[in-house]
Parts: sequence; C-alpha cells; structure tokens
Amino acid sequence: MQTSTLKTPAVETPAAPARRQRRRASPGWFLISPSVALLLVWMLVPLGMTIWFSLIRYNLLYPGEHAFVGLENFEYFVTDAGFWPGMSNTLLLVGSVLLISVVFGVLISALLEASEFLGRGIVRVLLISPFFIMPTVSALIWKNLIFHPVSGILAAVWKLFGATPVDWLATHPLLSIILIVSWQWLPFAILILMTAMQSLDQEQKEAARLDGAGPLAIFWHLTLPHLARPIAVVVMIETIFLLSVFAEIYTTTSGGPGFASTNLAYLIYNQALLQFDVGLASAGGLIAVLIANIAAIILVRMLGKNLTQQ
Amino acid sequence: MLTLKQSRRLQSLLLGLLAWLVALVLFFPIFWMVLTSFKTEIDAFATPPQFFFTPTLENYLTIQARSDYFHFALNSVVISFGATLLSLLLALPAAYSMAFHETKNTQRLLLWMLSTKMLPAVGVLVPIYLLAKQFELLDSRLLLIAVYTLINLPIVVWMVYTYFKDIPKDILEAARLDGATTYQEIVRVLLPIAKGGIASTMLLSLILCWNEAFWSLNLTSSNAAPLTALIASYSSPQGLFWAKLSAVSTLACAPILIFGWISQKQLVRGLSFGAVK
Repeated sequence: MQTSTLKTPAVETPAAPARRQRRRASPGWFLISPSVALLLVWMLVPLGMTIWFSLIRYNLLYPGEHAFVGLENFEYFVTDAGFWPGMSNTLLLVGSVLLISVVFGVLISALLEASEFLGRGIVRVLLISPFFIMPTVSALIWKNLIFHPVSGILAAVWKLFGATPVDWLATHPLLSIILIVSWQWLPFAILILMTAMQSLDQEQKEAARLDGAGPLAIFWHLTLPHLARPIAVVVMIETIFLLSVFAEIYTTTSGGPGFASTNLAYLIYNQALLQFDVGLASAGGLIAVLIANIAAIILVRMLGKNLTQQ
Repeated sequence: MLTLKQSRRLQSLLLGLLAWLVALVLFFPIFWMVLTSFKTEIDAFATPPQFFFTPTLENYLTIQARSDYFHFALNSVVISFGATLLSLLLALPAAYSMAFHETKNTQRLLLWMLSTKMLPAVGVLVPIYLLAKQFELLDSRLLLIAVYTLINLPIVVWMVYTYFKDIPKDILEAARLDGATTYQEIVRVLLPIAKGGIASTMLLSLILCWNEAFWSLNLTSSNAAPLTALIASYSSPQGLFWAKLSAVSTLACAPILIFGWISQKQLVRGLSFGAVK
C-alpha cells in the first residue's frame, strides 16, 4: 500500500537512470523469483502431465501404446466399482474429522481456559502430543494395541462390561480410520484454538462478567466470534491434509474389505502403482484436484482477506 | 450450604478433573505404546492387558539387528535437514523482499503460494513417480529432499514472512544508508534479529518432513526409505511383534515429540500462516 503513494506520477518518462535506480532500491523480483519459479514448475509440469496422461491410453504393462482416447479414462474411472465408495468415503472422512476436531477442539480448549487448575501445562502438552506422532505409527499403534479384537484395549473394556469384543477394522473400517485420523488432527485444532483463546482480551471478558453475563453467554457472544478466524484456519489446513489421507489406510485396512475404507487417494494409488494404469489414475488425480479446488475456492474466499490483514 | 467462593472453587476443581481426564484419554495410546515397548512379547499380547509387569530392554537392544534402524533413521535425518535447509535458503530472500519491499502484488503472491498447497498430492503422484523413474531418482534421498522442499516451501515462506513483518523497517533502512548491500543487509542485520523466528520455522519444517508419509511410502523402497516407511513395513503381521513395533515406534517418534513440546507456541504461528499468534 505504501508503494502506491511513493509512485512517481503516471507519466512514462524515457529517463532510464531514474528507473534503474528505483529497481536497484527494490530487489524484490530478483529475490522472490527462485521460490516462485520452482513452485510454478512444481505445480504446472506435473499438472500438465496429469492432464495429458488422462487423455491417452497409458498402461505401464503395455509400453508403446499411447493412443489418444479423449475422455475414456474419466468414463472408466467414474464407472469403476471403487469410484462412488471412494468419493463418499473421502467426503465422509474429511467431513467427520473436520466436525470432530472443530467441535471438540472448541470445547476442550474452552475447558482449559475456563479455570486455573493444577498441572494445566502438563494437560496442554498431553493434549497436543498425538499431532506429533507420525501417521504410520499412529495407524499401527491403533490397529495392534487399541483395536485388536483379542489383545486390544477396547476389547478389554468391552469384556469388562460383559460385551463381545468388536473387530473394529474388519467390521467398521471407515469409522475406525475416522477415529485414528481424528486422534491425530483434534490436537492440531486444540493447539490453534487454545492459543487463539489466550489472546482474547481478559478485560473484555471481565467487563461482560460484571455486567451480569453468565459463562455460557460469554462463550457464545464473546469467545466464539473471536474464534471465527482460527476455526477457519483449522478447517482450511485440515482439509488440505485430509484430502490426501493415505498412510493410515495403507497400513491398516488396505482400503478394504472391498472398497469399504478406500478413499480417492488410495484408489488412485491402487490404479497407478498396483495396476499400472497411468491413464486411469491420472483421470482420478484430476478429479481429486477438482474437488480440492472447489474446497479451496470456497475456503480462500472465506479466508483470504482474514489471512493477509495483519 | 456452600458459600459463593466455595462453590466457585468446587466448580474449578471439577473442570480441572474433567480436563485431566480428557487429556489422559487422548494421550493414552502414546502412553500405552511406550509401556508396551518395555514388555516381553508374551506380556504385550496378554489378556487382560498388563499394566504391571517386569520391564525388559530387550526390544530396544535388538532393534538395530532386526531392522537396521540406523539406516532408516539416518535417511530421516538427512532428508529432513536437507529439505529444511534448502527451503529456508529459498524462502529467506523471498520473505525478505515481500516483507521489506512490498509491492501491490505481494499479498496476491502470498495467497498464490498458499494455493499451491491446495493441489492434493494424489493429483500429481503419477507424473512425479514417472519423472523420478525416468531420471533414475526413485528411491533416492535427493528426490525426497526435492519433494519435501517444494511441499513445505509455501509454509516456510509464510512463516518467515510473518516474523520479518514484525521487524521495524527503520533498522534495515539505517543499514542501507550506511552503504550495506542487500546481501549484507540480510546476513548481517536481518538474520541476527530474526534468528528466533527462523529457528522455529526450521523446527516446524523438520517436524513436517520427519512425519511425512505419502511421498515417502510411494517414492522409496529401501535405499532412501525414512522411518515412516520402516514403520509401515511392520504392517504385515509377523507373529508376535507388538512389543517390537512399540519399541521402534517410540524411538522414531521421541525426538519429534520433544521438539513439538518445546516449540508448541511458535508452531501455532507457522501452522496458521501467521493468522494466530
């Protein structure tokens, strides 16, 4: 904004020395360009290749055959038995994890801020820890130590109440994966929302309290509006990562039984690296990009202004 | 009858207990993993689960012999540090020019960088895999360093940018008037002031690289495989291996967990692109 006031009048002068001086004073483009160029290449080259591959017949098992087939790959991908389960599982997974992490994230961080109690620092550290555990570890720990129908903790709890232990990953595969992924991402929401709550003006809160507002009214009219931006941040970042959930499925259910826990990411992996059908996988990849972009447009619209207004 | 003060104190106590309960439940899988890593395989598989047992270090002592742990750990270290340093090298000048030589395009550029993170990894998996194969880079550390640098670059630029924005412009202008070149300005003046922020950016980038598990699983097999891939190789059942799995997992996660605990405050800033401080 500052530069616009400093700008010379809009008259184009052929005075080269003056312009050179201005450029010397602002090394901007020269310093940004490596990052921008690399990101541009990183985005455009693979995307261009994906678009091209999605339009040709390309299977690694049949080299040399690259006939142009138009939208045939998309047709095959969309009519594939795994497509609709993959789509609905992706949306269910992203939606449920977002819902769980935002709702519980708000509640838990409000709980932490509600009172001073012994060991609050430790509680905070315990709460955010799962976020730092690598995805393959959390998936396998849940699979073998928590969900296992014989020796898992949940089996022991079920037996304690006289119920028959459940083979979670076999009978409720998607729910189990939602639980594992939520366990990883709820701490992220807590981390962000807790910090945001601490920056809420205490005097404002105290003033509201003196005016006779109850804790619920304060939470609803003061805390929640203050959290709008951090919640939007949580939703945006989590959406980016949740659309590509892969390791958790790869190490626990391999997408099964059937397609019960296959999401788009796993379906594409399956077609590209297990069935070697590059064309089909590329069509799937583009559909994933399309979904992400729809989400991104909505979110950036919501957030864009918020983020850059410091 | 309780006085107002007493009822407040009781309420506070109950809320504190509830918070502790929630924290213990959420932390339980990690606690259980660490506990299981000190059990024998028999104890680890016992029903009902054993909370009290004779601890053994055997799982830790045999990790190296069984799965060549150091090979994978070294890969994780080299790849994470390599990608972090490379992305900082690219991000520092970019963030400098965006923070101190702002133009009307700067905000748009920042949002564009963020939008490259919106491109889901699966969308570009196939071409990256084929390109890597073409250039014989599959299963090489170089490939993962390059990929991690690029996927973290937007976050690193943003984070450094928000730290730079907090530094008064006058300081740099003074240096410039004294005749400092842009290079001297960045290295001699800016970096010493911003070193705290740069350190937390490094930490965030290290954590993200260390835990990345989409590209590492798809682009490596053994040579360059980091710890995420080593752990994934434990997913196929191989008899009783709960305790061994727990031990190797504990070792793989401990450093990052400690990093995370130390830097939780600063991470918020990076992870929220400066929107939450």
